[in-house]
Amino acid sequence: MSSSKPGARTRVDTSPPVSDEVKKTTCYMCACRCGIRVHLKDGKIRYIDGNPDHPVNKGVLCGKGSAGIMQHHSPARLRKPLLRTGERGAGEFKEIEWEEALSLATRWLSDIRGTDPRKLAFFTGRDQSQSLTGWFAKQFGTPNFAAHGGFCSVNMAAAGLYSIGGAFWEFGEPDWDETKYFLMFGVAEDHDSNPIKIGLGKLKARGAKFVSVNPVRTGYSAIADEWIGIAPGTDGLFVLALVHELLRNDKVDLDWMVRYANAHWLVIDAPGAADDGLFARGEDGKPLAWDRDAKAPRDASTPGMNVAVAGDVMLPDGRKARPAFDAIARRYLDASYAPDAVAERCGVPAGDIRRIAAEIAEVAFERRIVIDQPWTDSSGRRHEKMEGAPVAMHAMRGVSAHSNGFQTCRAIHLLQMLIGAIDAPGSWRYKSPYPKPIPPGPFPGGKTTAPDTPLPAMPLGFPQGPDDLLVDAKGDPLRIDKAFSWEAPLALHGLMHMAIANAHAGDPYRVDTLFLYMANMAWNSSMNPGEASRMLADKDPATGDYRIPHVIYCDAYASETVAYADLVLPDTTYLERWDCVSLLDRPIGSAHGPADAIRQPVVKPDRDVRSFQETLIAIGARLGLPGFVDAEGKPKYRDYADYLANHERAPGIGPLAGFRGEDGTAIGRGAPNPRQLDAYVANGCFWQHHLPPEQLYFKFANRDYLEGAKAMGLIPDASQIVMQLYSEPLQRFRLAARGHGAVQPPDRLRARVDAACDPLPIWYPPVEDGLASAAAHPFHAITQRPMAMYHSWGSQNAWLRQIFSRNFLFMARAKAASMDVADHDWVWVESRVGRVKCRVRLMDGVNPDTVWTWNAIGKRSGAWNLAPDAPESKEGFLLNHVLSEFLPDEAGQRRSNSDPVTGQAAWFDARVRVTKADQAAETSPRPSTLKRYVGLPEPPRILRYDASGAGKEKAR
Amino acid sequence: MTSLPDRIPGARKLGLVIDLDTCVGCHACAVNCKEWNASGHSAPLTDRDAYHEAPDGVWFNRIHSYEAGEGDNCRTVHFPRSCLHCETPACVTVCPTGASYKRAEDGIVLVDASMCIGCKLCSWACPYGAREFDVDQGVMKKCTLCVDRIYNENLPERDRVPACVATCPTHARHFGDLGDPESDVSKLVAARGGFALMPELGYAPVNRYLPPRKPAKTSATPAPKAAPDVAGALLRWIDRALSR
Repeated sequence: MSSSKPGARTRVDTSPPVSDEVKKTTCYMCACRCGIRVHLKDGKIRYIDGNPDHPVNKGVLCGKGSAGIMQHHSPARLRKPLLRTGERGAGEFKEIEWEEALSLATRWLSDIRGTDPRKLAFFTGRDQSQSLTGWFAKQFGTPNFAAHGGFCSVNMAAAGLYSIGGAFWEFGEPDWDETKYFLMFGVAEDHDSNPIKIGLGKLKARGAKFVSVNPVRTGYSAIADEWIGIAPGTDGLFVLALVHELLRNDKVDLDWMVRYANAHWLVIDAPGAADDGLFARGEDGKPLAWDRDAKAPRDASTPGMNVAVAGDVMLPDGRKARPAFDAIARRYLDASYAPDAVAERCGVPAGDIRRIAAEIAEVAFERRIVIDQPWTDSSGRRHEKMEGAPVAMHAMRGVSAHSNGFQTCRAIHLLQMLIGAIDAPGSWRYKSPYPKPIPPGPFPGGKTTAPDTPLPAMPLGFPQGPDDLLVDAKGDPLRIDKAFSWEAPLALHGLMHMAIANAHAGDPYRVDTLFLYMANMAWNSSMNPGEASRMLADKDPATGDYRIPHVIYCDAYASETVAYADLVLPDTTYLERWDCVSLLDRPIGSAHGPADAIRQPVVKPDRDVRSFQETLIAIGARLGLPGFVDAEGKPKYRDYADYLANHERAPGIGPLAGFRGEDGTAIGRGAPNPRQLDAYVANGCFWQHHLPPEQLYFKFANRDYLEGAKAMGLIPDASQIVMQLYSEPLQRFRLAARGHGAVQPPDRLRARVDAACDPLPIWYPPVEDGLASAAAHPFHAITQRPMAMYHSWGSQNAWLRQIFSRNFLFMARAKAASMDVADHDWVWVESRVGRVKCRVRLMDGVNPDTVWTWNAIGKRSGAWNLAPDAPESKEGFLLNHVLSEFLPDEAGQRRSNSDPVTGQAAWFDARVRVTKADQAAETSPRPSTLKRYVGLPEPPRILRYDASGAGKEKAR
Repeated sequence: MTSLPDRIPGARKLGLVIDLDTCVGCHACAVNCKEWNASGHSAPLTDRDAYHEAPDGVWFNRIHSYEAGEGDNCRTVHFPRSCLHCETPACVTVCPTGASYKRAEDGIVLVDASMCIGCKLCSWACPYGAREFDVDQGVMKKCTLCVDRIYNENLPERDRVPACVATCPTHARHFGDLGDPESDVSKLVAARGGFALMPELGYAPVNRYLPPRKPAKTSATPAPKAAPDVAGALLRWIDRALSR
C-alpha cells in the first residue's frame, strides 16, 4: 500500500477573503421579504445569506433566497424595451429605445385618459408596491386596478379584516414562543417562508402540539404531531364541528367575548323587515346590549355592565332582539354541525373531531399562560397580568382557494374568538400596523369616472354595505373585473383572473389598454392558460383589430406572457433597484411592532432596463397626473428613490415610516427626511419600532397600544376594535337581496347573495361539487407549492430547476391500485373543461379522493429562455389546463368561478377524473415552442459560476 | 491507496447533527451550500445543461423526500444527505493518489483537486453516495464542512459555521465537535438519541441524525358523544353573569 505525503498537498486556505463589500437589502425570491446580506467580490455576487439582525428571518434564508445569484444572472432577463413586430403570441419583437417606449405608452394612455379613463385596465401581479400602483390608477382615473390578491388570498384578507381587524399571514402570526397548541389549515409551503419554518422549529423544540389540516402530507405537514388529511373544501365544516363541540361542552370564553367581541350586541329579530338582522342601535348610532341589572338596552361598550348573551328581549320601541351569541349558540348547536354529521364529508373520523375539540378546550382553559405584566384596556381598567388561551391558528391557501373560502376563514376566526385566542399570550397575534378598525375603510373609489379626472378614492377599498358597491343603476358592475359588484361585493383585491376574459368579451365594456406587471397571465397565473392566450391574441373579424387593442407588459424575465404584449418594458432584478416594503401596502411588521423595509441597488444593471416603479413614475409625469408633476407640470420626482423619501400620502405620512422628520428621529408621522434612504441603508435596509411590553398583547383593546398606533398614523382613532362574531355588513348585503334598500342585486343574483352573505359563518360545498358534471369527476384536484420554488420564477434558475424540473400527479396508493394505475404511469386528468396528460407518482400521505401536483413547474416550450425540450415543458405540466375562470353559464349568464363574497378565484374547487393514457413520455397539451425573444442570449450549456476571484488559478 | 492520519489525542471530530424531527425538506441547506461552495474551496460547482434538457450539477448536500412505514406509522421523511466525515472513510483509503484525505486536526475529509485524477474509486467506495464528480473539471468534489468558513477570520465569529447550519430555517442542523462529550452537539445527540447512519458498515460516520420525537400529546379526554341540549344550554347562558 503506497502512502502519499500530506506535504505534497496544496495547502487549504481556511481564511480566504470572502468579499470586498457586504450590502444589505431585502430579498425578493418570494413575497416573504427577508433581510439579506449580499457579499460582493470584485463587483460580482459572491454569496447571499440572511441578515441576522433582520426581524423577518433573523439570519436564516430559504432555498429560494439562497439561489438569488442565479436569478440575478438568469439568461431569461429581458435586456431592452421591445416593440411587437409580428402577430401577438408569435414572440416577434424589435428592440427600441426607452424614449420611444415611454412616448408610445404615454400616447396610448393619454388618449384614453382624455376620453374614458376606464379603458385602462391596470393589473399588477405579485407586486409589492401597491400603494404606488393603486395611487397611479387613482390619479389616472381608472377603477380598473388590482394586484394578484384576487387569485391568491383575498378570502383570508376579507374574512380577517371584517371579523378581527387583521388577517392570517400578512397581518398576523402565531405566538411561536408561547403557543402550546397550533392548528394550521391548508398552507402553501413557499411563503410565508422563513417565519413559519423558524416558528415550527421553535414549536417542535418546546414540545407544543402541531396539528396540520391539509389533504396532502408534505413539508410542514410531514413534521406535524398530527396530520388531518381532510377532503379539500371541507375545512369550514370541520371547524364548525369543533365549534359545535366547544359550545356543547360549554368550553367557550364568554367573559372574553363580551369584553372584546360583539357576543352581547343585540341583533334585531324582525323577519321580513328592512332592519332584520341589523344591530339595535341607540340614538347616537352605537350598538346596544341588554343590561341585566337595569333590564333595559344600553350602549354595548359600557364598562362593567351586566350584559345578557342569550335570550330574547323587547326593545323600548317594541322590536324584538337577541344577543349575537344567542344566534351563534342556536345555529352551531344544531345536530347538523355535530362531528358525526360531518365526519364522512370531511374524511375525518368523528372521534378525532371530538378529541381535537377537547384538546383545544384543555389548552385554552386549563393550560393558560399568565404573564406578569400589567396593562390598561380601552376602558381605562388596569389589569395586573396578561393572560391568554395558548391556542394558535394559521390558515392560508387551502382555505383561500375555494369558493367557500371567505366563510370558512370566518369560521376559523369564530373558533378563535370563542376561546378568546386572539392577540393573547400563546395565541395568534396581530402584526402591527394591525389591528385596524373593522372594516378598515375607506370605500372603493370609482363610482363615477370622468376624462382627465382622478378617482375620489383609491380603487380598492372596503364596502360596508350595498351603497358602497361599484354598480350602476341596474345593479350591473362598473369595473372590468366586476369587483365590488353583486357578483363579488367584498372583492377587496379585485378579480385579476377575470380581467382578460372580460376585456376580451367587452363585458361589461371594452377596454383599450391592458397594462400588466409581473403577472404571468398567459400561463400559470391564469385559470385555463390556453383560453387566456387565445383571448389575448384574438381579433375581431369585423375590424381585423385585436379585441384588446393594446397590451403593455412590464417584467424582468422572458415569461410566456411577454409574447402577448405589444410593448414590453423590461424591469430590473431585485438586486438592481430601489424598492419599498411599505406600511401603506404589505409591510414587514410583527407582533413586536411595526416595521418596513427598502431594497437598495447592490449591483448596476448590465442591460438597458429600468425598475417598473421608476417607469411608472416617469409615465405618470409624462401624462401630467396630479401628484406626479409639480405646479409647472414638471416631474415631481426625479426617480423612485426620490418618491420614496419625499412623497406624502397624507401630511407627514409617506411610503416609509422610519427615520422621518428633518432630523430623522420621527416615526410613523413626520416631515420628509432627505436623508431617509441613507438612514435605512445604514440600518440594514429596514426600520422597526419595538413596542414596550405593556403593548405586546390585546392590541385591539390595549389603550397604550392604540394611542401609540394613532400617534404613528397607523389607525385613525384609538377606540377599542371590537371583534365581530356577527358581521353586520354581510347582513346589509343580504337585506338588499331580500328586497330592501335603494341598491339591490339583479334578480338572478338575489338567492346567491342571500345565501353567501350570511352574517354568521356557514359552510356550503365548493360550487363545483354542486355541478351536474361533478359525478363524472370523482377526484378533487389541487396544487401544492414546493418550498424551493416561487410560482413560475424558479425554473429559469439554474440551481432551483435542478430540484424541480418536472412535476408529477400524486395520488393515493390504494386508490391507484383499484384503478390499475401504477407508479410512473402516464394518465389523463380530465375536468369539465379540459384535460392534461401527466405522469403519476403514488403516495400514502394524501386524502384518498384527492390528486395533486406541484404548482407552476410546467413551462411553455421556449419560454424563460429554456431549451425547447427542457423537462419543464416536455414532462412538466400545469393543472391550470383543466381549470376555468368560468362556471357553466346559468340562464345565459356568464358566471365567474370564484367565491361569491370576495371574488377569490376558486382554484382548488376543481374536480377531475383520472384515466390511463398511452405511455408516450410527453405531456399534453404542449403549445407551440416560443421563439427566443430578440436580444436574449443563447443560454450557456455549462455553468461554471465562481465569484471567489480565484477561479482561474483553480481551473484545471 | 491513501493512509488515514494517526489519531492525535484530543483532536476534534467536527461534524453535523441533523434533526429529522424538524427538517421540512425545504432545500435551504442544499442551495445555500451550493451558493457558498460555488465560489468556495472547491469552486466552481459546475452545472451541466444548466438551461437545457438534463440539468445536473455538483451539489455537496442533497435532500431526499420519501414516505416510510405503513398505515398509521407511515411518515413523510425529509432526509438531507451529505458527507458524514467518517472516522475510517473508505473513500480516503481507496484513493490511489492521496488526493482524498482526512485532516488530522479536525477530521474533515477533503479532496485535493490538484492531485485528483478523476478515477472515481472514492465514489464507488463511499456507501453514502456523498461524493460528487465534476465531469467538466474532471475531479471529485465533496462537502468540505465549509472548511473555508469555519476558521475564516474574514467573517464575523457568529458566521463561522457551515453554510447549511447558518441558513437552516427550522434550526434542524447543528455543527460542532462530536469528539468532545461536553460539546453542545454531543449533549444534543445524547439527549435525543442521535444515531449514526449505517454504522454496521464500519466506517464510523461522525455526523449524527436525530430521530423524530414522539408526537406531542395532550391529556384531554373528549366529552362523551351526546345529542346537544340546545334549550338547556341557552337557559344556562341566559343566567350567566357577565361583566362587560
